[in-house]
Amino acid sequence: MAIKDYIRERFFPHMWCAGCGHGIVLNGLLRAIEQIGISKNDIVMVSGIGCSSRISGYVDFHTLHTLHGRALAFATGVKMSRPELKLIVPMGDGDALAIGGNHFIHAARRNIDMTAIVMNNRIYGMTGGQYSPLSGYGTSATTAPYSNIDHTFDVVNLSVAAGASFVARTTAYHVMQMISVLKQAILHKGFSVVEILTQCPTYFGRKNKLGGAVEMMEYFKNNTTSVGSKAKQENPELIERGVFVRKEIPEYCSEYEKIIQRATIG
Amino acid sequence: MSQNIRFIQGNEVCVEAALYAGLNFFAGYPITPSTEIAEHLSLRLPQIKGRFIQMEDEIASVCAIIGASLTGHKVMTATSGPGFSLMQEGLGYAIMAEIPCVIINVQRGGPSTGLPTSVSQGDVGQALWGTHGDHAVIAMTASNHQDIFAMTVHAFNMAETYRTPVILLFDEVTGHMRERLVIPEPGEFPLVERLRTSVKEGVDYHPYLPREDGRLPMSDFGGKHRYNVTGLAHDMWGFPSNNPSVVQGLLRHLVDKINNNSHNITRYNEYEMEDARTVLISYGSSARSALHVVKNRRARGERIGLLELQTLWPFPFGLVRQKCADAKYIVVVEMNMGQILQPVRMAVDNPERVYLANRIDGVFITPTDIKNILRIIQGRGM
Repeated sequence: MAIKDYIRERFFPHMWCAGCGHGIVLNGLLRAIEQIGISKNDIVMVSGIGCSSRISGYVDFHTLHTLHGRALAFATGVKMSRPELKLIVPMGDGDALAIGGNHFIHAARRNIDMTAIVMNNRIYGMTGGQYSPLSGYGTSATTAPYSNIDHTFDVVNLSVAAGASFVARTTAYHVMQMISVLKQAILHKGFSVVEILTQCPTYFGRKNKLGGAVEMMEYFKNNTTSVGSKAKQENPELIERGVFVRKEIPEYCSEYEKIIQRATIG
Repeated sequence: MSQNIRFIQGNEVCVEAALYAGLNFFAGYPITPSTEIAEHLSLRLPQIKGRFIQMEDEIASVCAIIGASLTGHKVMTATSGPGFSLMQEGLGYAIMAEIPCVIINVQRGGPSTGLPTSVSQGDVGQALWGTHGDHAVIAMTASNHQDIFAMTVHAFNMAETYRTPVILLFDEVTGHMRERLVIPEPGEFPLVERLRTSVKEGVDYHPYLPREDGRLPMSDFGGKHRYNVTGLAHDMWGFPSNNPSVVQGLLRHLVDKINNNSHNITRYNEYEMEDARTVLISYGSSARSALHVVKNRRARGERIGLLELQTLWPFPFGLVRQKCADAKYIVVVEMNMGQILQPVRMAVDNPERVYLANRIDGVFITPTDIKNILRIIQGRGM
């Protein structure tokens, strides 16, 4: 199928700003799904609130646009009640890790089979540029006019510590890698996390004088490296990309099937 | 015919009734005094190939049941005051996105952590206006085990009929009290299944286009129609819209589908009401004490009756007005500071005749408490 067969053209044009990285993520995600060849009827996309979460409206799957931070909780109900469906949960950084932080770590801990995509643009874009838990110390935002003193989460380390069985990171610049890790994440049986660094030139870029979309993507190109690379040893400041964790551990819904077997024997 | 008779807690009655109604999915978080509902369902649901999950909090619990309802299952959660406060966000979502679900609140003393192990009926108002924005809700209650069973089944039926959350407001006394329950036979109560669309695959399905009667045929997630569900104001496709006429139509529909069908939703009991000059109005466990007073005083020849409300929201204004038309005294018996007193005063022709007999100290209201108020009202002193 062509990429346009996966979108709802009726609802275009999309509402993202010129230069926003979210459209690149949408494109990469649809290509990953197309390459895997999953039927559209078997995919449920659940999203929360924010710029990133509007992605669900544009795709021709079963789509559930929920409450700020709660996407994974809704997705857990969908997955538990219909385990054969593929759950894809795109979230923003504030959505997933501020208001939704508790749901995030507990979904990871359960290792329930779904793919959480954290579209990390380090800012609350929908509300106009406030700092998020991923903005980082020393950044500027409309609610940090004197510089941000909040320290950031490392999404990869947090996900690993919480028990996610697949953890990867990529950027909006590295589209081929994005498609590749998304495919692996979707095919992985268990809770998979893909952090995608995306650019918000409108707010994060402007407030922090990082230039436009092109300059922000060049930053991703020049300041990231493959996981475990020699470049990282030479320059610890570089952000690693790639698959950090991939392990086979019992998946929640499969385990619940065993509970049902145990309960129905007696 | 041998009857299936049990001697169990009210919370277990909820479980039996929910399973009778077709419950298939429960998500919850432990909280006194509702926890037994989760405990029993964790045992019972997998036995019928249903699913139980203990979530990380009540916010997640209500969200999880909404997700599960979308795949075509009958769903429920159970909590008490503090958890019910956390659920208000998800409750509003279920109202807006029109997702059938049942939320049980076994009430305890509030506000805040309040009195975790004591009885109260303090969440009646919150059930109506706890979540933000204009909306209508269905909230129901019961005073004895047989009625808890019937009302829980009714709650599932109304949720599925009108695609809306239904709140069951039980309380610590009915939840933890043990009494006899005759479990109804299969088929004794009618069960409602949600309408499902007859639109064929490949034909444009409008998930949010109501029929004339306000009902919306649904398509299960994972089924042949792929559509969008959102908590934003939305059009007939479920796509976000801020078009004023679309928004107005949606809000009108959400309120009208409940309020215009109150005749289907309203349930009540009445005792000795035919010639009653003193009418007690009560609900939930307080109605037990009110009924005791009515029986005692009737035996002595007083013209006193009880109107026991089972559906609290939408408030049955017409019913209350009609039943109180000839009453000299109307006494609302409840364990809060007058949360049903207010709509009763709005309903009746002579609001100055409406009095309150209540307790708010975590102690169950007794017949003596009600008699003391009656003596004052009737001019006979304490």
